[in-house]
Amino acid sequence: MAKARIVIDRERCKECHLCILACKKTLIVATVEFNTRGYHPVASKDGDECTGCTLCAVTCPEAAIEVYRG
Amino acid sequence: MKKVFSRPKSLKNVAFHYCAGCGHSITHRLICDAVDQLGIRGITIGVPPAGCAVLAYNYFDMDMLEAPHGRGCAVATGIKRTLPDRVVFSYQGDGDLAAIGTAETFHAANRGENITVIFINNAVYGMTGGQMAPTTLLGMTSTTSPPGRSAILDGHPIRMSEILAQLDGATYIERCAVNTPQNILRAGRAIRKAFQYQMDGVGFTMIEVLSQCPTNWKMTAAESCRWVDEVMAQTFPVGVIKDIGKGERHAD
Ligand SMILES: Cc1ncc(C[n+]2csc(CCOP(=O)(O)OP(=O)(O)O)c2C)c(N)n1
Ligand code: SF4
Ligand code: SF4
Ligand code: SF4
Ligand SMILES: [Mg+2]
Repeated sequence: MAKARIVIDRERCKECHLCILACKKTLIVATVEFNTRGYHPVASKDGDECTGCTLCAVTCPEAAIEVYRG
Repeated sequence: MKKVFSRPKSLKNVAFHYCAGCGHSITHRLICDAVDQLGIRGITIGVPPAGCAVLAYNYFDMDMLEAPHGRGCAVATGIKRTLPDRVVFSYQGDGDLAAIGTAETFHAANRGENITVIFINNAVYGMTGGQMAPTTLLGMTSTTSPPGRSAILDGHPIRMSEILAQLDGATYIERCAVNTPQNILRAGRAIRKAFQYQMDGVGFTMIEVLSQCPTNWKMTAAESCRWVDEVMAQTFPVGVIKDIGKGERHAD
């Protein structure tokens, strides 16, 4: 069971990739899909490694990331 | 699972118009977070500027009153003196605060106006296309300094925080950055502390934010964040510049 997970609002994502740099566990990845504003939104990798540290969300300029823990 | 991080309540659920990676968006969220944490949304009044943040009132779910370019401190002074029980902040760029609004800012700080200034230093006039600002670094190219800023032709970058800290009316001034998670967390704490000082009636407070502008710096978001640490912070070192200590009133 995963300890934590993040939810990315991919419509809000502007592809700045700062969350990718923020995640020490490299759990966020670039994609080639488009959102309706023409950006390639990032996605979170499935898996159990997310610690819920919130650093990706703290960094996101679009406030597009929510973090769940517990 | 429990939600442990989400959008602050005071930040409206609308998309920002800012460029990808822009420090304005991050700072907006930090201000809203501070307002939520202190429970002051109903009594907070923000004063947005001319500049990229001219539409800031679209994002802050609280009272906002737009100031003409550079006049944030004068407008905030008027609001605060009329409604002293409100928490009043002005939000100003470096072109706004350090060029056209130098006099208003200087004298508001000197009078010890009990307001908080959030000073977004991105070393350029962002909105109008990246012209040189008083804060542009030596050697830095801009649309009005194509070969790079020259001290002989253009003067030196102005460190407003250090200058204002010399004034007796200024009580707490810190320079922060929003280029890394650690710096963002620190900037959030500084903004909350400045609001707390204002609520304690201490006097003028200002948080300067080194704020990446990937568009006018002609960098990716990641490069602009690195540049803040590697280049910009050499001229504008981050840290507490003045702190008289909470609760202590300046002489009046
Ligand atoms: C009285 C007046 N003069 C000039 C302008 C044009 N103007 C709009 S924004 C701006 C500079 C913005 O730079 P800054 O304050 O650094 O904000 P940024 O866009 O970089 O966040 C200028 C000169 C104006 N709107 N009003
Ligand atoms: S919460 Fe932490 S571990 Fe999880 S994705 Fe975000 S940065 Fe990575
Ligand atoms: S930090 Fe936010 S806007 Fe930037 S890539 Fe990540 S989710 Fe998208
Ligand atoms: S021009 Fe610069 S300051 Fe203005 S929104 Fe774009 S990145 Fe932000
Ligand atoms: Mg600017």
